Amino acid sequence: MSSVRTSNTGLSPAQRGTNNARAHIVLGLIGFLMVFPFVWQLIMSLSTNDQVMSVPPTFWPGELQWQNYATVFTKVPFLSQLGVSIAITVLRVLGQVILCCMAGYAFARMRFPLKGVILAIILSILMVPGQVYLIPQFQIVQNLGLLNTVWGIVIPGIFSAFGVFLMRQFFMGLPTELEEAARLDGANPFQVFWKVMLPLAAPGISALVIITTLWSWNDLLWPLVVTTYAESMPLSAGLATLQGSVSTDYTVMMAASIMAMAPVLILFIVLQRRVIEGLAFSGTK
Amino acid sequence: MSAAPKASFRSDGWWPWLFVVPTLLGVLVFYIWPLFQTGYMSFTETGPFGGDTWVGGANYATLIGDENVGLALVNTVVYTAIVLLGVPLAILLASMVNRPGLRFATFYRVLFFMPYIAMPTAVALVWRMIYNGDFGILNWFLALFGITGPYWTSTPGFAIVAVGIVGMWASLGFGIIILSAGLKNIPPDFYEAAQLDGATRWTQFRSITVPLLTPSIFFVTIISVINGFQLFDLLYAIMGQRNPAMQQSQSLVYIFYNQAFINNNKGYAAAIAMLILLVIGIVTWFQFRMQKKWVNYV
Repeated sequence: MSSVRTSNTGLSPAQRGTNNARAHIVLGLIGFLMVFPFVWQLIMSLSTNDQVMSVPPTFWPGELQWQNYATVFTKVPFLSQLGVSIAITVLRVLGQVILCCMAGYAFARMRFPLKGVILAIILSILMVPGQVYLIPQFQIVQNLGLLNTVWGIVIPGIFSAFGVFLMRQFFMGLPTELEEAARLDGANPFQVFWKVMLPLAAPGISALVIITTLWSWNDLLWPLVVTTYAESMPLSAGLATLQGSVSTDYTVMMAASIMAMAPVLILFIVLQRRVIEGLAFSGTK
Repeated sequence: MSAAPKASFRSDGWWPWLFVVPTLLGVLVFYIWPLFQTGYMSFTETGPFGGDTWVGGANYATLIGDENVGLALVNTVVYTAIVLLGVPLAILLASMVNRPGLRFATFYRVLFFMPYIAMPTAVALVWRMIYNGDFGILNWFLALFGITGPYWTSTPGFAIVAVGIVGMWASLGFGIIILSAGLKNIPPDFYEAAQLDGATRWTQFRSITVPLLTPSIFFVTIISVINGFQLFDLLYAIMGQRNPAMQQSQSLVYIFYNQAFINNNKGYAAAIAMLILLVIGIVTWFQFRMQKKWVNYV
């Protein structure tokens, strides 16, 4: 990044200024369009229903209707859905980090028969759209008696060919010297993996955690398929199936949707550098 | 270094299996087996009380004659095309936001990637309000220019475009992130040389940035197409299942979901899933063939 900086020295300050002014106009305009729905959502969540339905629109509600947020808890099982969302995200992230790091490390550094074939089998599932697996996955979860449970939502997503590939690429990029030294000191392969390689893999793991968190928190189709009760749904499915009186109670709906996306949105804005790096890393490997 | 200790040092024994078998088993049970299961299922019919009967190619014959599936294919293509319109915009924005020394660059980046990380069903609800035909802010804005906006999400034809615009809005940030990473790989000397030759910024953009960015552009295009063809979340959450225009606005995955889990017509749904696999496969294969014509690998 800093090396690119030198490329602009040919421009006079005035020239640079005018050109950047144009960039600021374009970036500002598109940036506004990007963020406007969020701002509008926030404003509507603090308005009354009459203000939301007024023409011309009420741009500022005057008196802020904070009680809309409190009403969410009485109209939808928000807390249990939040609990489900957190549980499935944590379990899926943990499961993927453990399994993908282990398998990714083995494929990157260990020798064993049929390695290429097994890797090819695992990666082959990436080429098939998820819907193709969906009905049999549903039947497996049903037969295990896991419909409407956290585990039912989590289980298939713990296994990730993408994660295995990502971690394999990451481990392949690490130097071999440390590992060899540890092995010569008599550490067994698990100790080498656990004590030496895993700490070095932190940037790769953080990319995996970020992507899995996004997918798990935001996913709709699978949770919709394996849950039928509002209480056992995560927030994504809960919001999509809001019915009855709530669906015309616009302000409460806006408050609910803000609360549903806020945890991950705020977390990722705070960690934006790391998130952008993680997403870029996963996309370029 | 002698060969003998190295050989013993490299014998990993059963350790690799401990590392690989959990993932391999999970993949076989939850992915590979279901793949064949769905393939088989697409040749069967699900009875009203469960149980499958072999019906040969009947599901596929129905599929070919099914107007809804044809329409869903068209809708899915329209949606994907609209999302793809975002790619050139992402190239332009990425090159601007990565300008050396640009102020507020981090701020812009956050604005751009917010729609990408936000929960689709949550943003769908606010877009539903924006698109509302009676009191939505979009139609109020259009009215300022004397345009009478339609009932966006309940008029066939308009609905899929409305969903497509949200799709483009939501995926622009992903493109910008990937393309920004690609921009960092362009050697700065290229720009220095161009500046010495007096090339304008636009010329530099056209003859250095875009050609050298083609591998990243290719990647963003591939991912956008694959995701576009799997449209479900936004459609489901923006329009709602009881929307009168839904029949004309379905995507392939939406029809699949309805057949499999609402109508309990799993055999037919499996055939639709195979169709989705086939369509994505063909489109992706075609893109990889075409890449020789326009992607430059340095």
